[in-house]
Amino acid sequence: MMPPVFTPAAFVRRIGFYVLVGLVAAFFAIPLLWLLTAPFDTTPAYGVQVPDFTLGNFRTLLANEQAMISLGESVILALGSMAVTVGGAALAAYALSRVAVPGRGALLYLLLLLSSVVTGTTAMVPIFLLMFEAGLIDSRAGVVLVMTGGLLPAAIFILKDFMDATPRSYEESARVFGARPLQILWHVVVPITRPGLATIAVWATVQVWGNFLVPFILFTDPAKQPAAVIMHTFYTEGGQPKLALISAFSLLYSAPVVAMYVFVSRRYGFRFHGGIKR
Amino acid sequence: MAQPTSPPAEPAVADEAAPGRTDGSDAAGLGRLRAALFVTPALLIIGVFLVFPALWTLYLGVTDYRLTGIAAARPSFVGFANYVRALTDPLFHNALWLTLLFVFGSAIIGQTVLGFGLAWTLRSAPRWVRGTVESLVLLAWILPGVVVAFLWIALLDSDRGTLNALLGTAGHAWLVDNPMTVLIVFNTWRGTAFSMMLFAAALAALPPSQLETARLAGASGWQTVRDVVLPHLRRHLLTNTLLISLWTFNDFTPYLITAGNPDHRSEVLPVYIYLTAIPGGQLGFGSAISLLMLVINLALAFFYLRLLRERRS
Repeated sequence: MMPPVFTPAAFVRRIGFYVLVGLVAAFFAIPLLWLLTAPFDTTPAYGVQVPDFTLGNFRTLLANEQAMISLGESVILALGSMAVTVGGAALAAYALSRVAVPGRGALLYLLLLLSSVVTGTTAMVPIFLLMFEAGLIDSRAGVVLVMTGGLLPAAIFILKDFMDATPRSYEESARVFGARPLQILWHVVVPITRPGLATIAVWATVQVWGNFLVPFILFTDPAKQPAAVIMHTFYTEGGQPKLALISAFSLLYSAPVVAMYVFVSRRYGFRFHGGIKR
Repeated sequence: MAQPTSPPAEPAVADEAAPGRTDGSDAAGLGRLRAALFVTPALLIIGVFLVFPALWTLYLGVTDYRLTGIAAARPSFVGFANYVRALTDPLFHNALWLTLLFVFGSAIIGQTVLGFGLAWTLRSAPRWVRGTVESLVLLAWILPGVVVAFLWIALLDSDRGTLNALLGTAGHAWLVDNPMTVLIVFNTWRGTAFSMMLFAAALAALPPSQLETARLAGASGWQTVRDVVLPHLRRHLLTNTLLISLWTFNDFTPYLITAGNPDHRSEVLPVYIYLTAIPGGQLGFGSAISLLMLVINLALAFFYLRLLRERRS
């Protein structure tokens, strides 16, 4: 498929190709550069510059109580939502995979349709009002439940695919030895579908970790706001933005997301579930 | 639905404990009742926090619900007044138009063209080139929205921003002078990864013999794409367009970069809804606009599901 590199025309074409690829790579790389330089710069500015190396910005960050608390809040919200999503979806997907409830295919499609149509944007008004009336503003459990409600349909849909593909003979043997359905689910089905569960767990964690809108409208108490909301406050509040703090915070807050993506793609291969990211 | 509704039949196990309750694939002996119990927690959460808010929007949209004042304590029925107001509100027209520009410019044109271009050219590129470019494109996609928003604010800063330094346009305030262009370029940068991966997967499944035939027939790169590749990719193109349109249409990230400024010139629908309903307190009116968005989402999603069904059968 590769053209011979000896003719002048092909040579020029090769050069043109690399210039084009180089430009596109630059388009994607340039906005990201700041995240690599500024956190390690003694005097970070808006522009990208060769850093005068220091780790002082991270000391500033560690000393900033509000920033550190917000990262803790993000961990609580992300892991909480992940646990409820994986637990709820695993139970539901298993039941729907093994027992033929009439109309389950239609039900699954309807839920999936709803979850892609009822986005955070279209539902922010009723959700805000619902939580307001229920006294769940500033409640972590409230945010976890709202996030979970949006994640569950896709999670059930994908997990059911995984469960449909697992052999039933293990469950039959376990049953012959007198295991109860919950025991079978925990000791037999969970280990077999671990790649599916891990995919859903990472996906849910990343979704909640990066989500801005839901905690933004449901938390008014700054002490409970997660990193996404606090970071926004750091750069929108009046006065000169504290770039030393913002840059180190951005890097620390982004690192887990990148790490989880690398983990999933190394361990399980980059599965392409149409649109699972959002 | 064309979705296979039952798993491949397994040899049925004799089920003395629960006669008549299993369908032969219920290997763990779950039974209908326990299955219902297993499904309940998930359905309850989905019902309360996803389905109910969507349905409630229907009701809220015909009331004058407000966050404070008399209408907060006792909202009254106002019929279609909110919808009439929306149709005559110049700010709503403005938001709708900007959203259209945003979806067309960044998703339908930007992400699709760049995503396909990358998938096509990187196919024959050396491994390290492909790996590097793909990682950069993916990184733009997976980083948290608040972080990428600030990266772009820093990039575009009028005094010390990197873009002005590169272009030699010191002092140009991109976010003030060209807010919509910025959002469109930003979202192209942010979301191209999805189209790139989708098209790369589709291209990998293309029969190599057809490309070879085109090459032997002396077709140029563009002719090959137009006559051989695109006809094969029609469904992928449609899937891609519908999904990224839906996501871009509902994207709240513009709020993090421009927040609708200056003077409503980058106020896309999600930002408009947020500003009128939550800081503005007009929950009834905000619900009416949300419902209009919901209907557009529904139309896009139905179209997509029909497409999927056709492909399966």
